Amino acid sequence: MSTHEETVVHHDIGESPEGENRPIARPAGANTSSGARRIIFLVLLAIALILPALLKNFVVFQLTQTMVYAIAILGLNLLTGFNGQFSLGHSAFYAVGAYTAAIMMEHMGVGYVWTLPVAGVICFILGFLFGLPALRLEGVYLALATFALAAATPQILKLSPLEHWTGGVQGIVITKPDAPFGLPLNQDQWLYYFTLIVGIILYICATNLVTSRTGRALMAIRDNPIAARSMGVNTSLYKASAFGLSALYTGIAGALGAIIVQFVAPDSFTLTLSIGFLVGLVVGGVGWLPGALFGGAFLLFVPNIAEGVSKGLSGAVYGLLLIAIIYVMPSGLAGFVQAIVNKVRGK
Amino acid sequence: MTKLLEVKGLTAGYGQVRVLHGLDFSLDEGGVTTLLGANGAGKTTTLRAICGMVKAGGEILFEGKNILGKSTEDVARLGVAHIPEGRGTFTRMTTEENLLLGAISRKDQKNVQKDIDKMYDHFPRLKQRRLQQAGTLSGGEQQMLAIARALMLRPRLMLLDEPSFGLAPLVVKEMFEILTALNKEENASMLIVEQNAALALGIADDAYLLETGSIVMSGPAKQIGADENVRRSYLGY
Amino acid sequence: MELLFQQILAGISTGAIYACMALAVVMIYQAIDHLNFAQGEMAMFSTFIAWQLIEKGVPYWLAFLITVVVSFIGGVAIERIVFKPIEHAPVLSHVVIFIALYSVINSMAGFIWDFTVKSFPSPFGSSPLFGSTLISSHQGGMVAVTLGLLLLLYLFFSYTSVGLAMRAAAANPASARLVGIRVSWMTALGWGMAAAIGSIAGMLIAPVVFLEPNMMISILLYGFAGAVLGGLTSPGGAVLGGFAVGVIENLAGTYIPVIGAELKLPIALVVIVVVLVFKPAGLFGRVVVSRV
Ligand SMILES: Nc1ncnc2c1ncn2[C@@H]1O[C@H](COP(=O)(O)OP(=O)(O)O)[C@@H](O)[C@H]1O
Ligand SMILES: [Mg+2]
Repeated sequence: MSTHEETVVHHDIGESPEGENRPIARPAGANTSSGARRIIFLVLLAIALILPALLKNFVVFQLTQTMVYAIAILGLNLLTGFNGQFSLGHSAFYAVGAYTAAIMMEHMGVGYVWTLPVAGVICFILGFLFGLPALRLEGVYLALATFALAAATPQILKLSPLEHWTGGVQGIVITKPDAPFGLPLNQDQWLYYFTLIVGIILYICATNLVTSRTGRALMAIRDNPIAARSMGVNTSLYKASAFGLSALYTGIAGALGAIIVQFVAPDSFTLTLSIGFLVGLVVGGVGWLPGALFGGAFLLFVPNIAEGVSKGLSGAVYGLLLIAIIYVMPSGLAGFVQAIVNKVRGK
Repeated sequence: MTKLLEVKGLTAGYGQVRVLHGLDFSLDEGGVTTLLGANGAGKTTTLRAICGMVKAGGEILFEGKNILGKSTEDVARLGVAHIPEGRGTFTRMTTEENLLLGAISRKDQKNVQKDIDKMYDHFPRLKQRRLQQAGTLSGGEQQMLAIARALMLRPRLMLLDEPSFGLAPLVVKEMFEILTALNKEENASMLIVEQNAALALGIADDAYLLETGSIVMSGPAKQIGADENVRRSYLGY
Repeated sequence: MELLFQQILAGISTGAIYACMALAVVMIYQAIDHLNFAQGEMAMFSTFIAWQLIEKGVPYWLAFLITVVVSFIGGVAIERIVFKPIEHAPVLSHVVIFIALYSVINSMAGFIWDFTVKSFPSPFGSSPLFGSTLISSHQGGMVAVTLGLLLLLYLFFSYTSVGLAMRAAAANPASARLVGIRVSWMTALGWGMAAAIGSIAGMLIAPVVFLEPNMMISILLYGFAGAVLGGLTSPGGAVLGGFAVGVIENLAGTYIPVIGAELKLPIALVVIVVVLVFKPAGLFGRVVVSRV
């Protein structure tokens, strides 16, 4: 706190490149030209489309899970990377999305496709409402508040008065949907394509958002809240909306996650998941949307790799891998890609 | 007189952007030199370069030794007291703690209390505010405190970044009188950066005029003050 | 009324644990301006070192002393080896490193000492204190040690020049460098002190909760909560905050029907968040005024 005050009052010294006043993350944008970006996008899309035909079902499932995590991290990125708010509570929104899908499908017989928008809307409202009091909190205080949310979620899901809906500790088992229209795809392949479509739509919405007026307002709030307010930006509304929007993404990811895993239970949605999102966000690159995919892959695969290296010391291996990644790429994959792009351009 | 500070071909910048394009200037032992220039000319950056706060190139000779590339702490420990833009007050601490901090890297800790008393003689108002949080002092008092804090280092050289900034004209006048006295009585060498050219030229021996990172004019302060162009652009008469 | 009083007393005695941890949290916060998620694990590891020494026949207080010193060195070493090379990386990258350290230390402790619970001796014994069954002599000792540490820290920061330099380095690093303070060593020193205080907390807590690699997880959270509640800038506030968290938690568990017992932790956190909404700098923290 104190650094904050002193450097704000005398902001000139704080701005020395020594970087006393480090931002919570260096917003990175790998600056490729839009033409090159489009080509990369199409190539990746083509690869994504043919992959399921080449891979075993289990691997297809893992890729789907990666995309699901990536969507959740995308949501966190909108909040942290573009609005400068910090959250350890996104496992809660993921859980709400997951339970929304499970309850609608299993208790109400609603088709899985329709659970996604509902999960999104519910999470938006919850996120917005949570964002309102959280407005008064910053930094570690916000971390603690969101942390409380994450800690409470599994406990609330286990509460006996809610057991009829949530299934208590047992959770809810979900039926896996088949491919529609008689498409020649098995369930895993279909859910892969379904998640891919949802993911692309959400990704495009996110990129449009951050380049829009709204996106610029969010970033202005991140960079200098007081100046933004004096320029007439309604910071409260924007910050609460950013929270809502971020929760919406994560909630949709939760719903998708529930559908592909076919199961929800309280202990899948602990603080560990929130921390996982945060780690995924940072290794992908805070403020760089494509990084979410790398973050999602990290979240899913690296613990398995660590387990493979050493069963007894898997936690240590995981931690060392994480440290190694931050050493090599202090600003995540985003900074790394940026450096490569700069080099290629001969800067 | 020997040169206390001699800067040769100094370049500096932020990230990829170069801000200083090869400055040459010097300062005599016991002398006062001023760097003048408009907002954004690179005055602050020059002082930062001397103190190792920005990446710099060229040569910075302090008492004949190159200090370029030394860390800020080490430059301070050589006896360079930098009063930064914004004064660098430790706002949460008391006035007296600020003075103690000024002397914190000195070897002769037993003389520190004596020097604090001396500062209170120079600046009686600080004595009244001894145990007050420094952030609650008025702008003028904070500038006095900053000067006193710098003196607590028993500096060989003082770097002052726009000491008049944000102060009422009367306070500014008083402060420059104090600086003049310090220079005479304590033989303190000073490099003063100012936008307020009239004041700075009044106290300085030599002056340099900085424009977008290059020195465009230099000479004895009197001569610079008499120059037609300088008068029109910087002194406003 | 009797019940209320008893629950408050019980709250204070668990609160002593949190207070001790909160003190370590504030210490590191002062040094690095951030919460260290690995701090509980560092304390746990230190406690295992003490346990190992005691197992090998070293007398309690000697083991205690050695542990504190080793922890101090370990804290400094972590800062120098792990954080110094990436000191300019974004803060969130540092947070991720905390998480990594957490994982490494937890896993290593489990590997070396396995996950079975071990009992840890108390130097104060466990007889009831003042004839009350709610507070034992160990808990009384813990309160005394916490308050003693607090006093020592207060003296250190107020009256020594190293303490002054550390405060200056944390509050305004740029200015601190300009007066010749080696800011990065001050940070390392802060890590060392936080690790040392954490080790004391661990050794005092272990007799109550038993020693195992996961012993500190929830305690660190309560310690964070206490520190934040008290205001992260004030060691005294943090200690009071720690006690307050203990009391709030106990009262919530006792008086809120049905969900109280199950949601002890979340309710305590919610109370704290509500307090923070009204007093954003904590109960005893100084309000930050920012100007542009
Ligand atoms: N921290 C910084 N980062 C990037 N550019 C800077 C920074 N500080 C100053 N500059 C730029 O360097 C140039 C010189 O600035 P400065 O040395 O502060 O000028 P002066 O002190 O003469 O007003 C300006 O163009 C300014 O925008
Ligand atoms: Mg300037």
